[in-house]
Amino acid sequence: MDIIVPGHGSGGKLMNDLINNLIKSILGNDTIQLDDAACLTLPTPTIAFTTDSYTITPIEFSGGTIGSLAINGTVNDLAVMGATPKYISCALILEEGLEIETLKRILISMKEAAVKARVAIVTGDTKVVPKGKGDRMYINTAGIGVLITPPQRREITPGDIIIINGSIGDHGTAIMALRNNLTFSKGLSSDCAALNHLIEDVIRQYPDAIKFMRDATRGGVASVLNEITKNASFGAKLIEDNLPVKDEVKGVADILGIDPLYIANEGKVIMIVDSNYAQYIVDVMKKHPEGKEAAIIGQITAEFPGKAYLQTKIGGNRILPVLIEEQLPRIC
Amino acid sequence: MSDIKKEAAILSQYSIQKPVAIMEVCGTHTTEFFRTGVKDIFPQNLRLIDGPGCPVCVTSNDYLDTAIAIGWQYNCVITTFGDMMKVPSSYSSLAKEKSKGLQVEVVYSPMDAVDLAAKNPDKQFVFLSIGFETTAPTEAVCVLEANKKNLKNFFILPGNKLTVPAVKVLLDSGEVNIDGFILPGHVSAIIGKKAWNFIATDYGKPAVVAGFEDHDLIRGTIALLNLITKNTPQVLNEYTRVVRPEGNPKALEIMYSVFQKGDAHWRGIGVIPESGLDLKPEYADFDATKQFKADVPPPKEHPGCRCGELLRGVIIPTDCPLFGKACNPEHAVGPCMVSSEGPCSAYYKYGRK
Repeated sequence: MDIIVPGHGSGGKLMNDLINNLIKSILGNDTIQLDDAACLTLPTPTIAFTTDSYTITPIEFSGGTIGSLAINGTVNDLAVMGATPKYISCALILEEGLEIETLKRILISMKEAAVKARVAIVTGDTKVVPKGKGDRMYINTAGIGVLITPPQRREITPGDIIIINGSIGDHGTAIMALRNNLTFSKGLSSDCAALNHLIEDVIRQYPDAIKFMRDATRGGVASVLNEITKNASFGAKLIEDNLPVKDEVKGVADILGIDPLYIANEGKVIMIVDSNYAQYIVDVMKKHPEGKEAAIIGQITAEFPGKAYLQTKIGGNRILPVLIEEQLPRIC
Repeated sequence: MSDIKKEAAILSQYSIQKPVAIMEVCGTHTTEFFRTGVKDIFPQNLRLIDGPGCPVCVTSNDYLDTAIAIGWQYNCVITTFGDMMKVPSSYSSLAKEKSKGLQVEVVYSPMDAVDLAAKNPDKQFVFLSIGFETTAPTEAVCVLEANKKNLKNFFILPGNKLTVPAVKVLLDSGEVNIDGFILPGHVSAIIGKKAWNFIATDYGKPAVVAGFEDHDLIRGTIALLNLITKNTPQVLNEYTRVVRPEGNPKALEIMYSVFQKGDAHWRGIGVIPESGLDLKPEYADFDATKQFKADVPPPKEHPGCRCGELLRGVIIPTDCPLFGKACNPEHAVGPCMVSSEGPCSAYYKYGRK
């Protein structure tokens, strides 16, 4: 049998075979506990705990799959709190008709991502929904990380520096180009990656430097900065000259009339750091494959309190407003 | 200092003795002046007035009312540029109707609308053909392609408009004191720089055709200020890498092989003779208004909405009492707030500090 059928979720032999022969064997006989719940021993009294659901069309794309996205996304949510990600749960919701071969590829990419991020998938669940009731597959995860240092949250003040670990807008642009069949966008690839090693390295070397960090996923870099500045007594200034944006991303974004600063990333962290450490942190990032194009992209200012804004190439300022809803392609 | 930064400094330090008002005709310019920060470095005494160049904004309510009525009453799929989705019609919007079950598909190119029709022969598709001279030739190609493929399920709702008649109406009305024009680069690439010479010869005003990047906007504005301060009524082309004096005759030929000039209803301006594009009689089979006699409710304007005055250059967005209050991108009263090229959208997004 080469596609998912309702029986794969029935609780019977078909389901057990799928779980044992495919899911568990790929995701890890070594880590998955097949009882009702995984029992874990944690080294610290405080943990970080997160959950997320993943829905993406298409489920396989250049640079990742829904599986690697689920692992990396969960890992990053923990890492940006300053936690070391340890354990992940994985619930699969499969649509009847999904090819087993596709599922297999996605599970393999999940396992590879987990190995790379050094997290263990310890428990899971599988459900099958009838054809037409799901978008091929959904994944829900929960993640636990241990906090060796307190969460990386400190008071942000004017003068602090805004850093990103690399190019902006890659993931969302790659997906939009695929969905819309933009054939000229061959060079595009998602930046889907786990950032925990890079972040841990920065914390280890500069334990008091980070004021705030967040992964710039949905809504992009501008939305993260809007969250930080909301009702705040400071503003967040980005400097257009310093923004790392790939030419391919610029091209597609231009055509669709969409601003890269609002496009989703899946392997990018925004850090607000003490200005004394900013360049050193960039240097640390650059030693990691996920941080090769790390850059200082802006500054916290006393000007424009409560706003995120951009100093354009020519030296004018413009506001980066809160995104209201989905960006729609324009007419010309 | 790089060249662009030098030019920016020239603009920001430009000395203007008495207040000067210039109009950007094109909606993309409206947005780009903000987005690039060029408007932010304008010298004192220079004011930018937004013109009627946002194709979505100047589309009147009855056009969308008709599209929605045809969609429901004839079970058609409406295909449209994304910009139109959130624009308020008299009673609703395409986005709201879609959530009630109206079939609406956003396309990135008009040709996608033809492809959709070809791939789904059991459904009828109506494409909302709006836009100025920039978009109209592509839309004409679509009709030709549908004709070649002998598609019986592809229709357009004609709504294309021509920019020159609208600028003439503004100049004739004398309602606004405009010292000079920044002319649309893309439209001019089609119709040619020569098509604008009348602004200088007939009305004695200067104008500059400009591109859309930061350096284009800066250069265009400086060139226009030079003409204004030296009192030289002349039309200049500062976008020569794209715009030729005679435009693109091939594109115009294609456009006029499918469309013919007709009267068009502009939001805020009213009916302007010979300012729209209707399908020629030989392509009437593709005309949704001829094929579907939908029962369209009487159009109504939204009380308090001043999009009309805005599109005539009489006010700027912040002059409208609804701006940013009753009218915002989530609950737009008028189209200028939701179109990506709408002046209110640009002011709301980038202009509030």
